[in-house]
Amino acid sequence: MTTSTTPPAQPAQPSASAVDRSGETPAVHVEGLWKIFGPRADKIMASEDSQLSRKELQEKTGHVVGVRDVSFDVAPGEVFVVMGLSGSGKSTLVRLLTRLIEPTAGVIELFGEDITAMSERDLLETRRRKVSMVFQHFGLLPHRKVVDNIAFGLEVRGEHKGERRNRAQEMIDLVGLSGYENNFPDQLSGGMQQRVGLARALAANPEIMMFDEPFSALDPLIRRDMQIEVIRLHEEVGKTMVFITHDLAEALKLGDRILIMRDGAVVQMGTPDEVVGAPADDYVRDFVSDVPKSHVLTLKWVMRQPNGQELDGPVLQSDQIVRDAARAVLDHHGPCRVVEGDKLVGVVDDQDILRVVVAEDED
Amino acid sequence: MATTTLPPGGPPASTTSKEQQPYVELGRKRHTGWKLLGVLVFWLVCYQLWKGEWTKALGFQDTTELHDKFNEARDWVQLEGQDNWFFGGVLGWIGDSLTSLVEFFQELISIPAFPRPVPEIGWLGVIAIAVWVTYVIAGVRSTILVTLAMLSFGVVGLWPDSMDTLIITLLSVVFCIVIGIPVGILMARNKVASAGITPVLDLMQTVPAFCYLAPLALFFGIGAGTAVILTFIYALPPVVRITEHGIRSVSSTTIEAAESMGLTRRQMLQQVQLPMAKRTIVVGINQCTMAALSMATIAALVNGPGLGKPVVAALQIQNVGAASVAGLAIVAMAIMLDRTTTAASERGANRGRSNVASVSGPGVMLSGVVLEHLPRWATEEAGKGQRRPRLTTAGRWLINGALFIPVVIAIVLSRQRVNLADFPDVSDTPVLKWFSGPELTKSINDFTDWFVSHVDSFTIALKDDVTNWILNPFQDLLAESPWWTMAIVLLAVAAILGGWRPTVITAVCLGIIYATGLWHDSMVTLSMTLIATALVMLIAVVLGVAMGRNRKADVSIRPFLDAFQTIPPFVYLVPALALFTASRFTAIVAAMAYAVPIATKLVADGIRGVSPTTVEAARANGATAWQMITKVQLPMSREALVLATNQGLLYVLSMVVIGGMVGGGSLGYIVVSGFSQVELFGKGLAAGIAIAAMGVMLDRIARYAAARYGR
Repeated sequence: MTTSTTPPAQPAQPSASAVDRSGETPAVHVEGLWKIFGPRADKIMASEDSQLSRKELQEKTGHVVGVRDVSFDVAPGEVFVVMGLSGSGKSTLVRLLTRLIEPTAGVIELFGEDITAMSERDLLETRRRKVSMVFQHFGLLPHRKVVDNIAFGLEVRGEHKGERRNRAQEMIDLVGLSGYENNFPDQLSGGMQQRVGLARALAANPEIMMFDEPFSALDPLIRRDMQIEVIRLHEEVGKTMVFITHDLAEALKLGDRILIMRDGAVVQMGTPDEVVGAPADDYVRDFVSDVPKSHVLTLKWVMRQPNGQELDGPVLQSDQIVRDAARAVLDHHGPCRVVEGDKLVGVVDDQDILRVVVAEDED
Repeated sequence: MATTTLPPGGPPASTTSKEQQPYVELGRKRHTGWKLLGVLVFWLVCYQLWKGEWTKALGFQDTTELHDKFNEARDWVQLEGQDNWFFGGVLGWIGDSLTSLVEFFQELISIPAFPRPVPEIGWLGVIAIAVWVTYVIAGVRSTILVTLAMLSFGVVGLWPDSMDTLIITLLSVVFCIVIGIPVGILMARNKVASAGITPVLDLMQTVPAFCYLAPLALFFGIGAGTAVILTFIYALPPVVRITEHGIRSVSSTTIEAAESMGLTRRQMLQQVQLPMAKRTIVVGINQCTMAALSMATIAALVNGPGLGKPVVAALQIQNVGAASVAGLAIVAMAIMLDRTTTAASERGANRGRSNVASVSGPGVMLSGVVLEHLPRWATEEAGKGQRRPRLTTAGRWLINGALFIPVVIAIVLSRQRVNLADFPDVSDTPVLKWFSGPELTKSINDFTDWFVSHVDSFTIALKDDVTNWILNPFQDLLAESPWWTMAIVLLAVAAILGGWRPTVITAVCLGIIYATGLWHDSMVTLSMTLIATALVMLIAVVLGVAMGRNRKADVSIRPFLDAFQTIPPFVYLVPALALFTASRFTAIVAAMAYAVPIATKLVADGIRGVSPTTVEAARANGATAWQMITKVQLPMSREALVLATNQGLLYVLSMVVIGGMVGGGSLGYIVVSGFSQVELFGKGLAAGIAIAAMGVMLDRIARYAAARYGR
């Protein structure tokens, strides 16, 4: 594994897709966010103790650090994945964003609006109209029919029955539950219940959707269906999404960018190929060791410097996934050019490709 | 955690691991057995040396200064209290309004409403209303049971008394709901309120029902109003508790999901917490109703109207037949109320998704036909996979409304025709006449006489043996020892079993008992309570082990236990009296009958709860059935055993004092006498206080012992 990838010339450069829109207000802006659980959190925050490790702090004061000095931006329309093992603080983090849990310190802005300073009234309004959440265990109301569950958010914010029924029906059709409007949640399978959860979140027509390990409780095949569903919905409605998961494959599949957490702190943040190609430490390396790298890495990560020789054969883009480029390179029997736009940035031959593909088997 | 030392070569300190290292348990012997033996030796020595001295025995008609003070207080309340703003004003107003409220309902359904010779609504109308209400809240099946139960009240000739009991019970339940549910909601949403109210509820549930009688009689006088208040107070804790529990146990994911949608606290309560806790709350109402019924019958002692009165009257002249008839009517009412409220709670779970009703066979076809002919707004598709449409809320009320029409007709008829108003005497009707009150009384008396005369050689021998060999020596040991010996013994037992906390509580309770001047009587009651509890636990362990180990035994025994538990304690006195006539042993038998079901169930659940893996492992090791029980199942269900003992103690105590009415003597009898003899009122009140103190003391010792040994 350690020998299989060469660090790229310019590490951690944001990928082209969604992020690099400087100047635009980020959908989510988080800076120096802290959460310490316990009755004297504020005091600890102000004292030296906040520098202690999670374990030391718990032994010394009984307080637990949930989130430690986290900062990130999410661009509008981006799918931002937060991942980590259980207990790493990722679920706490997503709850801090709408103050379902009160942060101890730090700044949270959603489309430029400061959440931390908001009045109770405005906060409710934000939760009702701007942000919606999908939960691991669905959180459906068992005493309401599917359609009433989906319309619940609209009902809460005071929309008329006709309007909300229409909107709920649209959402039912969108997530593929047509015909089940009048069933009760416990008459549906787990996957279908989560579709209800998804429709409920979409019904409010929020600007940002947050997913807290939404598919962890589902069977693998159902989970794959639901992931495809989320990708489809993202293409159709184009919402900003913050997605929590402990499943790396899911993170790589869905995320434009991935934030990896451990003990409440950020370990690494980057695009999927950056995380796999240049893990920040052993923790991340351990995480990504099982990932089929040829499915994630782009040519940028395997190419070598051009040594000036004349090249013929196919011209490949540097952001092409290795797996997709493999056929062309292997067919060519010789170095192929890798370009970024029109500029030649490297060459790649069958050795480079095989190193990535074969290394997977060695792991 | 800070003092943790890792064993040498322990797991590497992984920084990601959140698992805590257990501290090393140092084997610390408590020597409980030796200490208790020491206490016993001390006790026996003191008993031998000073038997019969310093016993604080008090003659039955003798009173102490405190008792006279209570009498004076009672006299003051009765004579001058009327002018006092608090006693005459507030309490008097409450009592009077409740009494007139009860009278209003009595005139409506049970007693002649002047100038009419009969109540406003006759029996036919009442039954029609009851059936309709049952249908609406509990479904078709329960209506049959309600109809039969209601008819049986009339047939045995106890219609007015039954209606009175129903009025007192339901009125109290309504008050409990109106007050208890908001309090429960408050406790679920406010930690301070919960912490403040929970101990009060604990106390209310620890103190036997009998203790409420005298103080309430002091404040509110005797009569229907007091009966309602008494019943209300006794039945309130379950509603509050279960409401709090129901709201608290709404899944946190749902709460969080609702929070993320921006619900206000009010919306959260109305649209999420209450609907989801509804079913649990209905269970609470069921418990409340059963408690209310049992207290409504006991309220006869403070002159509350209802079925308790014929029972008390019959018990006093030892007329088993008459007591049985009224007792059976109480049982019928208990079953009726229990089944109805249980069905209502089961239905609460499927609210809105069942079809017209839970009916089978022809009923299904009929409901299908009805559904198809309803207007469009009354039904809706029930969703994929559901064959028939279901009713909307509006549709349900359409049907309920239509069914109310015959009810109205029945009410009108029952107002116009005397034989539909006053329940007709059935003593000349074929077949039914066998069930008329006097006839039934006579046959039960005949049967009892016949039965008892055939078994009395056995029952009397049993009674005498137990009395002479167990009851008397043990009672002597407790009651004839010097009072300070007993105090030391009880304090020492509390300290050994539970530590210093229950010892302090025991000291306070013993102080109260001493102050009431009823030490000797209290010790007699205590001895009966302890013996009955020991017997209860013996039976409970045998039955419980059988039930826990054997499904068949469980399936065949459990329904009886369930049935026994719905019967108000009062009723248990009747068969016990029939078999053993009036004696202390009779009270013990009644107490056992009352406490065995709950204790058995707890033991059985404990045995069943032993991990199957452990049982399997023991079997793989070749344990015999006996070894399995004594070395695996009983030790592992220790917590359940201790809990069963605790509950058994409280149930037995509450029943032993009620047993004062059938020759149990001591504290219970003093309480009852306090109502019949004017000059003993103060003593009765003091006895009530002593019972309360004893209940708290026993409960605390058992609870702290449970915390220490129950793990």
